[in-house]
Amino acid sequence: MSDSTQLALPSGGGEPTYRPGGVFARPNTTKGWRSWVTTVDHKKIGVMYGATALFFLLVGGIEALLIRVQLWAPRGTLLSADLYNQVFTMHGTTMIFLVVMPIGAAFANYLMPLQIGARDVAFPRINAFSYWIFLTGGIFLNTSWFLGGGADGGWFNYAPNNGVIFSPSNGIDFWNLGLIMTGIGSLTGAVNLITTVLNLRAPGMSLMRMPVFTWMTLVTQFLLLFAIPVLTVAQVLLMMDRLFDANFFNVAKGANPLLWQHLFWIFGHPEVYLMILPAFGLVSEMLPTFSRKPIFGYPFIVFSGVAIGFMGFGVWAHHMFVSGIGPISVTTFALTTMFIAVPTGVKILNWTATMWGGKLQFTSPMLFSIGLVTMFTIGGLSGVTHAVAPADTQQTDTYYIVAHFHYVLFGGAFFGFVGAFYYYWPKVFGYLLNEKIGKGNFWLMLLGFNLTFAPMHVLGLQGMSRRIYTYDQGYGFELWNKVATIGSFVLATSVAIFLFNIFYSKAKAKSLPAVGADPWDSRTIEWMTPSPVPFYNFDPIPTVSRVDDFWYRKYGETKDGQLVRIAATDDVVQKRTDGKGIHLPSPSYWPLVVAIGLPIVGYGLLYTLWLALIGGLITVGGLFGWALEPPDDPDAGHDDDHAPDDHSASGGEVAPADVSEEADDEVAADKEVETVG
Amino acid sequence: MAEPLTAHPTVAEADAHAPVAHIEHDTNTGISNTKLAMWLFLASECLLFGGLISTYLLYKNPLEGPSGADLFDIPFTSASSFVLLMSSLTMVLAVSAIERGDHHRMRIWLGSTALLGSTFVAGQIYEFTAFYREGLGFTTSRFSSAFYTLTGFHGVHVTVGIIMLVVLVMLSIRGRLPEHRSETVEVVGLYWHFVDIVWILIFAIVYLIP
Repeated sequence: MSDSTQLALPSGGGEPTYRPGGVFARPNTTKGWRSWVTTVDHKKIGVMYGATALFFLLVGGIEALLIRVQLWAPRGTLLSADLYNQVFTMHGTTMIFLVVMPIGAAFANYLMPLQIGARDVAFPRINAFSYWIFLTGGIFLNTSWFLGGGADGGWFNYAPNNGVIFSPSNGIDFWNLGLIMTGIGSLTGAVNLITTVLNLRAPGMSLMRMPVFTWMTLVTQFLLLFAIPVLTVAQVLLMMDRLFDANFFNVAKGANPLLWQHLFWIFGHPEVYLMILPAFGLVSEMLPTFSRKPIFGYPFIVFSGVAIGFMGFGVWAHHMFVSGIGPISVTTFALTTMFIAVPTGVKILNWTATMWGGKLQFTSPMLFSIGLVTMFTIGGLSGVTHAVAPADTQQTDTYYIVAHFHYVLFGGAFFGFVGAFYYYWPKVFGYLLNEKIGKGNFWLMLLGFNLTFAPMHVLGLQGMSRRIYTYDQGYGFELWNKVATIGSFVLATSVAIFLFNIFYSKAKAKSLPAVGADPWDSRTIEWMTPSPVPFYNFDPIPTVSRVDDFWYRKYGETKDGQLVRIAATDDVVQKRTDGKGIHLPSPSYWPLVVAIGLPIVGYGLLYTLWLALIGGLITVGGLFGWALEPPDDPDAGHDDDHAPDDHSASGGEVAPADVSEEADDEVAADKEVETVG
Repeated sequence: MAEPLTAHPTVAEADAHAPVAHIEHDTNTGISNTKLAMWLFLASECLLFGGLISTYLLYKNPLEGPSGADLFDIPFTSASSFVLLMSSLTMVLAVSAIERGDHHRMRIWLGSTALLGSTFVAGQIYEFTAFYREGLGFTTSRFSSAFYTLTGFHGVHVTVGIIMLVVLVMLSIRGRLPEHRSETVEVVGLYWHFVDIVWILIFAIVYLIP
């Protein structure tokens, strides 16, 4: 909007007086379960994202253990071939869509507004919706276990295997519709978080002063914004095929199965980068803190992340080297794939250089961060070997690939996330996780992880295929499979220890003094807030003057580069206030209503169209309730506590938020409703 | 107003006198949240339609059953396309009306936009039934599936746009669309123009390129 359209604002009390009561009144609970169900606070939503992701981690972990037990010895009999297909498919789907991406979203939601000095995200209710639709979509996806079996086509679900001919059960429909739902949530979340980063930064917080994690969040959300629609297209086509007999993947009518692969991987490759980038960002927060040095080459870290984001869209066909796309395509994508290793390498070098010469403190977050750097490097190196197309022809669909992507996803993303859990736990919950247990947790996880996945390199090079439910004697697969299975249980133990540590530390915390705002002597402004963070985040909003602003409020440098303290931490951090005069959005339950409506539409499409109609009505009704909700407060996060008389302008609900919301939900809902009528 | 409690005078002072945005137009980018969100949403919609158009181009040749050339009534579709493009004009007039503060005119123009959009959708439904009678069912050939999905998706987008326009008119009648939130109309306008532009592409690619 140009300045010429800056509107003259009515002075004082511009609030419309439209306030229906009863069912349309906005809830205002701040305690108890209702406050969680109706919350629009980015911090609560972040916590719920994390908790839900950890729950799904257990689900996916059990599936992984089933796989490993089945492969313990030749001719395993735990799972039938068909059930094995379902288990590894659901393992992959759960771990990717319901664990790693949501944990990234959890940190993005919780930390990013704090790191840029905002009160909340740009559209708090859309934020709540993103979470609820992720939850209901994930539950919808997993109910397939009780309704005729899970999806059995692999997480990538290639055509024509995903058609009704080869997969007659409802599993793939559940997969399809469930992921369309979680995709809608990711898309709305992406729009929301990008808007937040671009629009709601604190004074002085220019883009090149933002913490690295915020940068990585921004890149991640852009990747989601452009990748998710492509997956949605693929899944809509598949839905048309499976439910309405269309011919998109019907080879008998001349369809091209490669269409699915192209659409899926145009989404799928950016997807793998958007899973790892949040972890990269978190590591870039932790390493400088525990090296007591600024991150080495901040612009390089930022721009390599942006470059990874851009290039991530140009490498998708390296997943299809043996699908017959032709030598020219293969060569092209081999080159782009080798090229994308460069910015990733830049990051690794930067992290190493950050630690170089620093005063390292080996706390648990630091150990996990170093674990990420080393394990990700191993995974990255095996990844570059895939870029060599002739080698990939041999490696593809073997356990070598499985080893590679577990090294980058588990050894990369997940190590970073666990480290970040240890690092940010005091900020979120107000108590530290036990360090001793944390270190034990790290070493056990590292051991279990390497025991599980390192042998898979060997197995893959020996020629053991992925996705086979058993193997015969005499191929030499027995030893390494046994090692991997033992390792997987060590790994499961380490995850259990992490969960135990949460409860143990919580119990112990009662007898310990409360943790301060800044337990780690950190660098970025989210540590200025009291722990746990109050509902208003900052009071007052800080003004930022440089990268790692908070650090330089505490420390200065002498002429010869020695650190000197210039202010005590207690003087620099903010004290808890009553938050008076800070106006934040009221809770709302419409996001939940809309998110409950969509899975009902999904069940309706699979079982009876009447149900789809009911679900569609709930969804559309929820959207209208949302759009017409009393305008008690702005969906705009930037509100100033210093001048209460200025609130009039931002008063009122911002309808377009919901309207754009309607645009993508009703596309989904209407699409389904229209196919009914 | 909370008292800053830091003992660090310079920081505290800087914080206390920080120029914090009071209103939406005062964001870091100078674009309001809702408008930026709509731009971002439309960016992702580009990818959605890109995928559908690519699919259509891949399956353009039907192999069996009637082809597009056998069916398309170019004059009729041109007329309905013209109607849709005119709705962009009325949308612009609605936006300029609300910027002048003329609620009555805005409602009239929004209503005409919705009416023109509905005319387009009705034309599409008529077209679909005509094609269906001539033997192009949804499951007839790869071309038919791709064609109906692509154009149907666009039709759904137009329908959603019509719903948004009706909601705006309702809001305006209830007096919940004051001048300082006239941007709402503009943001819906962005969506509407986007859907029109996509139709130009689809019309050219599906109907006009033999």
